[in-house]
Amino acid sequence: MESLTHTIQAVPLNHYILLSAIIFSIGVMGVLLRRNAIVIFMSVELMLNSVNLLLTAFSVYRGDAAGQVFVFFIMALAAAEVAVGLAIIVMIYRNTNSIDINVLNRLKW
Amino acid sequence: MSTFYFIAFLSIFFSILVISAKNPVHSILYLILTFFTFTIHYILMNAQFLAIVNFIVYMGAILVLFLYTLMLINLNKESEPVKPFMVKIAAVFGGGILAVALVSSLKSLGVSDPVVLKNPELGLVKNLGKVLFNEFLLPFEVSSVLLLSAMVGAVLLATKDKETKATI
Repeated sequence: MESLTHTIQAVPLNHYILLSAIIFSIGVMGVLLRRNAIVIFMSVELMLNSVNLLLTAFSVYRGDAAGQVFVFFIMALAAAEVAVGLAIIVMIYRNTNSIDINVLNRLKW
Repeated sequence: MSTFYFIAFLSIFFSILVISAKNPVHSILYLILTFFTFTIHYILMNAQFLAIVNFIVYMGAILVLFLYTLMLINLNKESEPVKPFMVKIAAVFGGGILAVALVSSLKSLGVSDPVVLKNPELGLVKNLGKVLFNEFLLPFEVSSVLLLSAMVGAVLLATKDKETKATI
């Protein structure tokens, strides 16, 4: 355990922010790039996870346990969101026989 | 120190593979690997509770739910929608602009202090449980209501309703 805590000692906080920013941008790119609704959901999960990692890094940096509790709540929220979202996707697939989001354009104009 | 950079490289690599894989099943498998690297990040920060919860909830529950849904939907290669090339370029450009904006705003921060774990017991279950059940007791109870309503909503949305069609 001592060796584990020593391994992170030299990592600056900026590098954690950089990693989270890059992964968040990859998630945004995935939402813009794909038309498959399930892959879009997975990109949203990627964004949520990058924020979780950053909150944990800040919590360790400040020595405050509240950040890790927030991450726990975000995980509970993500579980609920995924359950409802996948149910909606299954319903859409049953009605339109496709999970292409460009089919869902009735509210467009 | 080099462990962090190696794992960070792996997380970025796998997350790029998630959004670029053609087959959605491969995409989910790469997402599982990405979340595994996140679990290693939590262990490196000695956040043991979050590492276990990330492992169980994300890799065990959420991604299995994704896989089940994908297998229920039964996609084949022909039905996989593909965006036109210009839209793809524009999407990558937009995401890249966001990354550049975030990173360049980071530049103005200057050199930051290293992340040092002052209290090694910060992320253990004992410490987090005390915080969770003292300061955050009300949000904890509210989140149980949220999960219950999500479960009821998911069941309501995903069941076929023949009776309502008959009445209308």
